[in-house]
Amino acid sequence: MSSTTSAQSVEAHGKDSVEDEPHGTFKGYVTGFVLAAILTAIPFWLVMGDVLGDSRVTGIVVMAFAMVQVVVHMIYFLHMNTRAEGGWTVLALIFTSTVVIITLVGSLWVMHHLNVNMMPMSVEDMKKHMH
Amino acid sequence: MATQADATADREEALRFYETEDHPHAPATLIGFWLYLMSDCLIFAVLFATHAVVGRNYAAGPSPADLFDLKLVALNTAMLLFSSITYGFAMLEMAKERRGATLLWLAVTGLFGIAFVALELYEFSHLIHEGATPQRSAFLSSFFVLVGTHGLHVSVGIVWLAVLMVQVAQRGLQEDNKRRLMCLSMFWHFLDVIWIGVFSFVYLMGTLR
Repeated sequence: MSSTTSAQSVEAHGKDSVEDEPHGTFKGYVTGFVLAAILTAIPFWLVMGDVLGDSRVTGIVVMAFAMVQVVVHMIYFLHMNTRAEGGWTVLALIFTSTVVIITLVGSLWVMHHLNVNMMPMSVEDMKKHMH
Repeated sequence: MATQADATADREEALRFYETEDHPHAPATLIGFWLYLMSDCLIFAVLFATHAVVGRNYAAGPSPADLFDLKLVALNTAMLLFSSITYGFAMLEMAKERRGATLLWLAVTGLFGIAFVALELYEFSHLIHEGATPQRSAFLSSFFVLVGTHGLHVSVGIVWLAVLMVQVAQRGLQEDNKRRLMCLSMFWHFLDVIWIGVFSFVYLMGTLR
């Protein structure tokens, strides 16, 4: 029992080199490429052909496709998974994503309010403020 | 008797709270490089945030709809996507220990990379020629900084690729070169991920406004 366990652990550590890292498979790369090509082509088609007519809806769809494509690239090209490096790569990614979201949303939020408050006043507003 | 021996062995196993073997440092390079990529991701996040804030400040100058040629951007995107899958093929050949095939796919990747940078430089020179320089408006400043930083990364990646091809040609697919190729693989695919953000947010969303 114990000899089997130690043999397994020796084998696991013995393979703990570059050889052990995932290189992906031919099928995986081709799947990723086909998915990425589709997820790229559709947003370009939507914008260039003005298919949906409404620019706000098109914008939301374009961003949704981008997010899905990022996940596809992460899985099929960067070989992300929760097991690699004992989960530390995923943890670093989650932390980075959090900081990225705070940076983007925070900048837009603060600058939007700044813009709203700096809006030039109409003559009527100005009169109201003066009296 | 046998049960007692098993119990003792189990207890010894359970009481081991420390590492008994030394870990080779090769995987540490890869996670270290991943952490570098994550910090690079923050640089791009800041540039994206800047563009999100000032991307509509045209200063009575040209807007994205006036300037961007989406067919050119689509071609550029295809170049980078092709280079991603050819780099993947190079890694598969590397895993099979085929030096010639690895070098061939790396060369193809490099050519797609050069095509990408060349198309981007053509676009930039075209914009500048039309008077849409980085000094024209806040929108163009943040556009040139964001897209230019990405292009600079790809250019550095091409130089790194060329250096590694010489290394592999001279010394073969030894452990060190494999580790370096895997770091560049992460770098290259990471740049493709950033480009998804660039073409979706800067070009497509910009044209919609």
